[in-house]
Amino acid sequence: MPETSELELSRRGVLTAGAATAALVAAPVSAAPMAIAPSPPTPAMQVRFKVNGERRELSLDPRTTLLDALREHLHLTGTKKGCDHGQCGACTVMVDGVRINSCLSLAVMHEGDEITTIEGLGTPDKLHPMQAAFVKHDGYQCGYCTPGQICSAVAVLDEIKRGVPSHVQGDLTAKPTATNVEMRERMSGNICRCGAYSNIAEAMAEVAGAKA
Amino acid sequence: MRAFTYERAKDASAAARAVTANPAAKFIAGGTNLLDLMKIEVETPTHLVDVQDLGFDKIEATREGGLRIGALVTNTNLAAEERVRRDYGVLTRAIVAGASGQLRNKASTAGNLLQRTRCPYFYDTNMACNKRKPGSGCAAIGGYSRQLGVIGVSDSCIATFPGDMAVAMRVLDAVVETVDATGQRRSIPIADFHRLWGDKPEQDTVLKQGELITAVTLPKPLGGKHFYEKVRDRASYAYALVSVAAVIQPDGTGRVAFGGVAPRPWRVEAADALLPRGAAAVTARAFQGATPTKDNAFKLPLATRALASVLAEAKA
Ligand SMILES: Cc1cc2nc3c(=O)[nH]c(=O)nc-3n(C[C@H](O)[C@H](O)[C@H](O)COP(=O)(O)OP(=O)(O)OC[C@H]3O[C@@H](n4cnc5c(N)ncnc54)[C@H](O)[C@@H]3O)c2cc1C
Ligand code: SF4
Ligand code: FES
Ligand code: FES
Repeated sequence: MPETSELELSRRGVLTAGAATAALVAAPVSAAPMAIAPSPPTPAMQVRFKVNGERRELSLDPRTTLLDALREHLHLTGTKKGCDHGQCGACTVMVDGVRINSCLSLAVMHEGDEITTIEGLGTPDKLHPMQAAFVKHDGYQCGYCTPGQICSAVAVLDEIKRGVPSHVQGDLTAKPTATNVEMRERMSGNICRCGAYSNIAEAMAEVAGAKA
Repeated sequence: MRAFTYERAKDASAAARAVTANPAAKFIAGGTNLLDLMKIEVETPTHLVDVQDLGFDKIEATREGGLRIGALVTNTNLAAEERVRRDYGVLTRAIVAGASGQLRNKASTAGNLLQRTRCPYFYDTNMACNKRKPGSGCAAIGGYSRQLGVIGVSDSCIATFPGDMAVAMRVLDAVVETVDATGQRRSIPIADFHRLWGDKPEQDTVLKQGELITAVTLPKPLGGKHFYEKVRDRASYAYALVSVAAVIQPDGTGRVAFGGVAPRPWRVEAADALLPRGAAAVTARAFQGATPTKDNAFKLPLATRALASVLAEAKA
């Protein structure tokens, strides 16, 4: 029937388009197969770490990501889940001073670690300079990616200070500086659906300048 | 995600024994590839052995004048290491061209070598894929194959090894060091580490179940100018369509490997020898016998042009 083949055609079109978009970063995220029965739970495991300076102890299914432990178990919902696959940066937190994607890390792998989330950077009464700069420069629109952007931005300035090299650096043996090009490259792991990028770069430049 | 048990290994042989004893067990390092695939049940280990406490997080000088990079050294720390930046610039350049700052902070040297393909059908459990499910067929052949391989592929799989770091390591003739459950050590040249798919695309590398990577060693520095040219669909945070890792000496001789084109970093030593004759001569030899699809045939001229740009820069 002509209807059927038309339907098949458009479905194929959708598939191809999906693959094409996903190819930019990685691969499409498909639903888990429905045919497989849910696996039986495994015994919970204890994990202890510090979050924003506070000691925390949790009993978790080993499958729990650091992101879900923060949001669902500790109710620190500032950290966001965008893609859950390392492709967007909304879940960025600092572990022992270094930024990571909390969606691609198991909570039980963080025994003894010190975790800093957006809630630990500043408070509404006492904003972190980066938070204040994001407000001043309109570094967001809907705000969903913002906690991840701010955690990443704070870590990026620290990485530049520590001399971590980047893709846009000319001379690898020289110290990087907080130029616009450097900051844009280093922030590429944080996607903003609203496209607040240029204002984010300006907020970062202000904080970098204030520090220098 | 399927349920699993988790342990944090205290020493290398205990880790190797635990994963050897259970064919459904896996090591976990940064977790950035394994957890990604576990979430969509492309990987379904029943037991995870965390290797973060094994002490493989150092970069040391070797007696031969090279470097020994611990398997757990993060991509960020490897790229930032002073000796790597100075003497093995191609490696720093390749690493910082990959993934994002957050991912590189977690990605380990061993995990990066073992990252799985980014073929879209491998990720989609509704599609046929010999690599994910041996014998089920290959949806990419005759399907959407723009990112896939142009050489070294087979009738059962046309996927690529997607990483960047390994392409630089191939140019540097790195060696992968391993230990197994019986304490047996192996040194595997990077050239032999990733398999060509043949009729067994489910097996990415020559590692055996439970064989643990302890380090990657680099021979003494080559000198010359170092380049990593990565061509991708956006300027950052995207996998390579084609990449070129090269070390070029003042007299125009050198070495070159290509990424994004084959099941392994693609280097043909006979093509290296043609570097003084220019990019087209090199790629004609390196890609002799290529079998591109309609979708990815563009990778062949793109490889030539990317290399030409590197060679122009080397002369400048
Ligand atoms: C969005 C996104 C974009 C990316 N872009 C790029 C890119 O542009 N270029 C690029 O090169 N990479 C890219 N990556 C991939 C990234 O570099 C890898 O995920 C990372 O290097 C894997 O390292 P890991 O330590 O996290 O590995 P894990 O996920 O922990 O492990 C990967 C595999 O290695 C095995 N393993 C780990 N350690 C050992 C060991 N010591 N011995 C034996 N086996 C071991 C594990 O069992 C597993 O099978 C990207 C990833 C994401 C999510
Ligand atoms: S190319 Fe390889 S990975 Fe991709 S669908 Fe075919 S068999 Fe699977
Ligand atoms: S939610 Fe972690 S990167 Fe998108
Ligand atoms: S502000 Fe809306 S996604 Fe970034």
